Amino acid sequence: MPELSYREAVRDALSRAMRADEDVFVMGEDIAEMGGSMGVTQGMLAEFGADRVRNTPISEMGIVGAGIGAAMQGMRPVVEIMYEDFLTLSLEQIVNQAAKHRYMSGGQLKVPITIRTQGGAGWSPGAQHAQQLEAWLVHVPGLKVVFASTPADVRGLLWSSIYDDNPVIFFEHRTLYGLKEEVPDELEPIPLGQARVHREGTDVTVVATGRLVHESLAAAQEAETHGLSVEVVDPRTLQPLDERALVESVQKTNRCVVAHEAVTRMGFGAEVAAVVQYAAFDWLDAPIERVGARFTPIPFAPVMEEFVVPHANDVLAAILRTVGKDVDGG
Amino acid sequence: MAQVLSGGLRRVIGDGEGVPDGRVDGLDDADLLDLYRSLVLLRTYDERSVVYHRQGRIGTYAIFWNHEAMQVGSAHALADEDWIFPSYRESAIGLLRGIPASTLLSWWRGHPAGWWNPADYNVASICVPIATHVPHAAGLAWGKRLRGESAVAITYFGDGATSEGAFHEGANFAAVMRAPLILFCNNNGWAISTPLAAQTRAETLADKAVGYGMPGVRVDGGDVLAVFEATREAVERARAGEGPTFVEAVSYRAAPHATADDPRAYIDLARVEEEKRRECVGRYEGYLRRLGLLSDEEREEIRSGAAALMREGIARAEAEPAPDPSILFEHALASPPPSFAQDLAELRRILGRTEAGGAASPRPSGPEGAGPEGSV
Ligand SMILES: Cc1ncc(C[n+]2csc(CCOP(=O)(O)OP(=O)(O)O)c2C)c(N)n1
Ligand SMILES: [Mg+2]
Repeated sequence: MPELSYREAVRDALSRAMRADEDVFVMGEDIAEMGGSMGVTQGMLAEFGADRVRNTPISEMGIVGAGIGAAMQGMRPVVEIMYEDFLTLSLEQIVNQAAKHRYMSGGQLKVPITIRTQGGAGWSPGAQHAQQLEAWLVHVPGLKVVFASTPADVRGLLWSSIYDDNPVIFFEHRTLYGLKEEVPDELEPIPLGQARVHREGTDVTVVATGRLVHESLAAAQEAETHGLSVEVVDPRTLQPLDERALVESVQKTNRCVVAHEAVTRMGFGAEVAAVVQYAAFDWLDAPIERVGARFTPIPFAPVMEEFVVPHANDVLAAILRTVGKDVDGG
Repeated sequence: MAQVLSGGLRRVIGDGEGVPDGRVDGLDDADLLDLYRSLVLLRTYDERSVVYHRQGRIGTYAIFWNHEAMQVGSAHALADEDWIFPSYRESAIGLLRGIPASTLLSWWRGHPAGWWNPADYNVASICVPIATHVPHAAGLAWGKRLRGESAVAITYFGDGATSEGAFHEGANFAAVMRAPLILFCNNNGWAISTPLAAQTRAETLADKAVGYGMPGVRVDGGDVLAVFEATREAVERARAGEGPTFVEAVSYRAAPHATADDPRAYIDLARVEEEKRRECVGRYEGYLRRLGLLSDEEREEIRSGAAALMREGIARAEAEPAPDPSILFEHALASPPPSFAQDLAELRRILGRTEAGGAASPRPSGPEGAGPEGSV
């Protein structure tokens, strides 16, 4: 089994789809010679040529809009928005167009576009380059939203996103690109809408996304020293959400923590908490805990950024609170 | 007066050989030396900042080496009341308005001492999202006109920025409202790895002005005098109520996009070397020397003055005390939401524990995956 980094796994899924299918192409800012600002598409220009690995002008609205136009003709474009912070510039195309065409044509028009983007804190990029905005998009009927946390997942989920007949917003986390793991020789598509149990446990369920999956796994390890067995579940697809997997886990453990890097208040975790409490109300032994960034923009200075976004110790503190041990996170 | 070269490019500084030096009306010898002082100040700041970054004292830094003539020439054509809207490439243009070097360096450190009140200097915040500030400048300029004030505004952006909707909407808005605005495009030929030819099919960026119904001029961006003169004309038009002008300053990005970028994968290295040889500060120095306006002693004095100013700036930035974490929440809203006190109390509890010997948060070492773009 080859070892792939998260970055290489994204590239592998893109390249395989492009080898298999003329209808798949990629476009975005600086993705050709430079291979993208994160190096994800490095080498792809040489293999596929400039028509299928297309550098675009700096026009986020145009990138998504033209991708929608290509998708309407049956192509499967994968467009890249360099930072998810700049999804903001293409929101009309995403929210009012991509998400609505199928509905407003009575199901006759499909828009199978995949919008890849990346973001997140951990390297001090400041308030306009470090946000986690997935909660905005899970709120829009007509979109699918994916947030993968491992090389194998990012590969299998990207493949499925490309071949999904709906517009998919595909989030990658900046700090995960170097993460490596062994993956099967053959790409195994991972169905959208299926959660993954990373670690089984009996005392507390942690539902985590993106970078926080890894922080939660570290916290789960640490929780063992407190005599706690923690289950870590990654929904992987945020929209549609694998509610059953989350509920079943909590029915087993009776306690739940939700963890993401995006701000806690009004966040994706609130939806998870609502789903779990409704379906597993009688099973819950403690209030559901939420872990996320504090409610303020991401500061530029590294030390300050550390204070704002959550880490393993915040998850651990939340886990301990669910069993009545009040230890501060940090 | 500037001569007009092929491609409509205006130029004043000769080459010391076949192309003769021109003069700009209204600039006396002292003014000419002032321009030099500003050029050296920006050059020194930029070179020192790259070192400061390498020392790990500031984050990803957007280098503006060989962009100084565009910034100095245009800023000198403004009055103090005129507003400047910089992009990351003009991060230090505030030096020319009296913002201390330590403030700007602190900005790059993410330290609160790096905040300035734009209204104190008429220099807006540095804009990193591309072209986003163009409509702000249009709006501010329009406001000046509505209030019957004489101030104008200038907004700086790159060649790549002309592909953004915000540029188009801001330019059109300014023209329709006859806002006293100078749209100053630093056409350095590249947007990170994307060359101008992949950004537009227009023969020149100044051609875009036609579509907005405003004049567009092209000027040699390595020629501080030509930039000054073209901007001065645009400022005069704006102040006279004749609306905005688009200035395309043509230069070449001889340095990486930012400290995190390695341009070797995409750039023409021979061209970079050529540009380095004809970089803008040296060109102006040659001009002054041909006119007999710059002695070795004056040159040395100006350079050591700039170096001293930077040393002092760095010392002051380094001496700033660590800020209180309350600033994390304090400035997000005019009146803090109820969560403010809660978040702050929690943070203080954690910090108290950390200071008492607990482990600080784990942090991945270095900006893993930091791409060529870094944060700018
Ligand atoms: C809206 C937006 N999209 C993308 C980026 C990423 N980005 C930062 S600098 C840059 C290139 C800008 O090129 P140009 O406008 O020519 O200015 P220059 O850097 O050459 O001065 C890009 C694409 C951004 N900061 N903002
Ligand atoms: Mg440029």
